[in-house]
Amino acid sequence: MLSTGEVFETLKMIDEEHLDVRTITMGINLLDCASANVERSCNKIYDKVCREAEKLVQTGEDIEKEYGIPIINKRISVTPISLVAASSFADSYVPFAKALDRAACEVGVNFIGGFSALVHKGYTSSDRILINSIPEALASTTKVCASVNVASTSAGINMDAVEQMGRIIKSAAELTADSGGLACAKLVVFANAVEDNPFMAGAFHGVGEPETVINVGVSGPGVVKAALTSVKGQDFGVVAEVIKKTAFKVTRMGQLVAQEASRRLKVPFGIVDVSLAPTPEVGDSVAYILEEMGLEKCGAHGTTAALALLNDAVKKGGTMASGYVGGLSGAFIPVSEDAGMISAVQEGALTLDKLEAMTSVCSVGLDMICIPGSTHASTISGIIADEAAIGVVNNKTTAVRLIPAPGTKVGDVVEFGGLLGTGPVMPVSQFSSESFIARRGRIPAPMHGLKN
Amino acid sequence: MQRSSAVITVNGIDRVGIISTVSSILSKNNVNVANITQTIMQDFFTMVMMVDISEMTCDFETLSIELETAGEELGVQVRIQHEAIFNSMHRLS
Repeated sequence: MLSTGEVFETLKMIDEEHLDVRTITMGINLLDCASANVERSCNKIYDKVCREAEKLVQTGEDIEKEYGIPIINKRISVTPISLVAASSFADSYVPFAKALDRAACEVGVNFIGGFSALVHKGYTSSDRILINSIPEALASTTKVCASVNVASTSAGINMDAVEQMGRIIKSAAELTADSGGLACAKLVVFANAVEDNPFMAGAFHGVGEPETVINVGVSGPGVVKAALTSVKGQDFGVVAEVIKKTAFKVTRMGQLVAQEASRRLKVPFGIVDVSLAPTPEVGDSVAYILEEMGLEKCGAHGTTAALALLNDAVKKGGTMASGYVGGLSGAFIPVSEDAGMISAVQEGALTLDKLEAMTSVCSVGLDMICIPGSTHASTISGIIADEAAIGVVNNKTTAVRLIPAPGTKVGDVVEFGGLLGTGPVMPVSQFSSESFIARRGRIPAPMHGLKN
Repeated sequence: MQRSSAVITVNGIDRVGIISTVSSILSKNNVNVANITQTIMQDFFTMVMMVDISEMTCDFETLSIELETAGEELGVQVRIQHEAIFNSMHRLS
């Protein structure tokens, strides 16, 4: 029999510590929607997404009501559109993005990910068309998310793609200048992208995935922070144990929701992504967890070590709680979406360089960072190259989601609203990377990429 | 997973009729009470009820709304959740 204490512990996590299931994401294979005729292919995509995800939102809401656990987002990831559209002979894939957007609106999800290309070793003709279409596709839709994988540990870094993505990000920002460059918040540049990530903007349905799949992303930075307040001043062994136990409980809840959603929708369960994903709400911050460990402000020396401990303990706690843990699993550090990160940047405690160091131990990368609108494309490419190098050499996923908000300068603040939050504009290096980026080609895979 | 049990929690300032109101809604909908734990600390009323909903005559959402509405009239928060959410978090079985 459950004890009153246990019941109220769970309720306190939900009511006061922002415990939630961040997303139920349905992956849908669209390879069978290919056609030589663009319109026919787009219609097939629209029809298939609407058919497969028809009950996704309602099912999520039903589970939310019956279990009393908030499920914040219901989302869809699809096969990378560069593969689906390859046989269409189209010279722009914007119509495909619009078809996805219409389908997402119809079924009521808040994002649909997979306007994507995987070019870590090189481009297909279709990849080129897709990447060139990204700025307009994102500017002319509201729910579509795009991602491009430019590097992997086994292929190295495609510097042609790194160079191009700097320009694509600038162009996406300029096309959405009136909303602070919002299109860039829906665009992720990856190294070692994973095929089963349920979180946006980087979700896509990999080719190794089944026809349809349910992946669930849990969250709960506030729960971890609250748990750590009970062990103030104690050693790191205790800190790690507390985080593991908390991550276990949070993941068990995610596992339950995932199984239930899978059963009700008759769609196979894929993975639970055990990630601490902050929101702009006070009390739902990863930075506050790091500060609870004893740092005066996130970004102080020791921050990387604190984040490394957190990321590892979250994985260890989550692994036992779910049969299948996957996705990105760890701690996210998006600046504009985390009240503690925003404050740390504004007080001068957290810099882009420190964030880069933190990405070598967190679960993803440089995320939701606003930089001055005047930043040169080659500087953005330089940042992408550094981040890709960290991912490739450390055999982990890294990503870059930068917003060069048009017309802004260091110290300005860009308001995106909702979960995307508020981005303080951060300084980048004033020294040029142009000649470095202009070399192009491919940086070879590291020695440990040759594992066979 | 047990799909037949649910947990009802009530929080708020104590007053006459809380248990009676909740119980009558349950009885009307053929929900059996398996266990009640109730405490009052400094006028603050806290109750946890384990109930069996396998023979329930309405759907879960209807019961949930009825309990919530009755709670609002009494000035307390009443909610019902499937027991599985608590078991998954606190039990390894």
